[in-house]
Amino acid sequence: MTNFSLAATRRWKLACRYGLASLLLVFFVFPIYWLFIISFKTPDEIFHFPPVWYPKSFQFANYAVLFKDGDAVSVLNSLILAGVSTVIAMIFGTMCAYSLVRFKTGGEDFAVWVISQRLMPPIAIIFPIFLLYVYLGWVDSYGGLIILYTAFNLPYVIWMMRGYIEDIPLELEESALVDGCSRWAVLWKVVFPMARTGLFATAVFTFVFAWNEFIFALVLTRTEVVTYTVQVTHYFGGQSNFWAKIAAMSALGTVPVFITVSLLQRFLVRGISMGAVKG
Amino acid sequence: MTSASPFVRSVIARHPSGRMPDHNFRYWIIAPSVFLLLLIGLFPLIYSLVVSFQQITMTDYDTSFAGLTNYAQLFDDARLWQSIAHTLIITIIALPVELVFGLAMAHLFLERMPGRQIFISLIVLPTVISPVVAGATWRLLFDQRYGPINQVIGWFAGHEVVMLWNITPHLVYPAILICEIWQWTPFMFLILLAALSNVDKSLTEAAELDGAGFWRIFFKIVLPAIWPVMAIAILIRGVDLFRIFDVIWALTSGGPGTMTETISIYTYVQGFQQFESSYTAAIAFLIVGLMSVIVIWAIRRMGLAK
Repeated sequence: MTNFSLAATRRWKLACRYGLASLLLVFFVFPIYWLFIISFKTPDEIFHFPPVWYPKSFQFANYAVLFKDGDAVSVLNSLILAGVSTVIAMIFGTMCAYSLVRFKTGGEDFAVWVISQRLMPPIAIIFPIFLLYVYLGWVDSYGGLIILYTAFNLPYVIWMMRGYIEDIPLELEESALVDGCSRWAVLWKVVFPMARTGLFATAVFTFVFAWNEFIFALVLTRTEVVTYTVQVTHYFGGQSNFWAKIAAMSALGTVPVFITVSLLQRFLVRGISMGAVKG
Repeated sequence: MTSASPFVRSVIARHPSGRMPDHNFRYWIIAPSVFLLLLIGLFPLIYSLVVSFQQITMTDYDTSFAGLTNYAQLFDDARLWQSIAHTLIITIIALPVELVFGLAMAHLFLERMPGRQIFISLIVLPTVISPVVAGATWRLLFDQRYGPINQVIGWFAGHEVVMLWNITPHLVYPAILICEIWQWTPFMFLILLAALSNVDKSLTEAAELDGAGFWRIFFKIVLPAIWPVMAIAILIRGVDLFRIFDVIWALTSGGPGTMTETISIYTYVQGFQQFESSYTAAIAFLIVGLMSVIVIWAIRRMGLAK
């Protein structure tokens, strides 16, 4: 084969790969584009036949309505619930993971039990929890949902932090102990700072899981602490769907996730694979 | 047990009693987590068990012992078994499609090409969206009149088409599956791409020089190398698919009728719309029991708990 034809084949192959890659890009990104574009359309453009693929002008009236009606509070609720539960889960979970790694507390069985909790179907645990919360008067309260979100994300935090703590060299902790630090001081002043990258990456994913959560919020919220995911489903009606509100509310809840995840590309694989892939 | 850890031994040797009783420290730091985990791990199990032996319904708060009545009812409940069948159908179709599609995509993006990282970052976006939002998005896309999907199909058909994606019986499953596959194929793709990049290049190249074909190399070298990671991805997705709720809730709410009711949707309807407390508890206990066995078996089998 001549050099020329080799180069031509290579170019042809690359062109094919770009072609396929572009098709995939359209399939995976177009729905997101459509969601966002609806949020900028006027009612006339949304209910126009045939559908309009891009609005004539970008207008923010659909978002303004959400803020005027107070529906946007649901995004704030999501922020509070996900934020507070993430902080608590990170502190408790990292402490627990440290005990698992350095003291082998509970051994293999405890670790298996912890991770199996992560894989339980929420529907099976939410019903008894609901009855308990009704009894305690915790339904539709921040505290009730924060406790539940914390508990539900703990297995993930423990699991991920176990991997990150294993990477910390033992010598540092030992020398701190020999220098007279208490156990708690070692945990706070050596382990937490040393694991900060892992802490940060794990916290972001824990936050996103709680932020995107639906079924617990659907069951346990009424009016006070409705999250943005529940709010989106409130706009579905039998015949008339509030399209503009669905799109705008979804966009409000999705943009923060896109931004954080884009900034954390290099942790994404380890984060979603529960630590199966490192790197 | 204690002496198993060299860390514990070295510290006991070098650090005589500090401000905290050292031998209890390891239990102090797991206490809050264990307490919270018992709240979601043990309490629901015990409580479901208790309530499932009673006869609490919306109208009748009857806590007297009812024996196995509710469990007997499980076997006669056709709707329950149908919902399990629906769940299995979705899982059996979506899981292999996501796996194969994700693997093929990972192969496509394995070699370097300019702009590769941008493609990857954009393609993985569906995976981080809330499943409810994904369902809502596809509901807008599937709309028979104002959605673009029927419009595009109309272009190919040459005339206007009216396909009621979330109402027509033979279209609801394709609609759910398309949404599900759209959202989670990137998950498989990203994990498998990372796994494939870690496969030892020298092995595949050597096999290539020996004249082995693509499929032979794939099954003999690549697949065994990526299997540990692939198994975990399958486990995570399989469990997620078994408990599928959000997407269906947003797309069809289990309809038309009960056609797309999954086990999660059915349990929700029994518990929170019909308020059959005791019966729901029996279902919940069945699910937790079943899943505990399967999940723990799978975790051990796949060596996830290293």
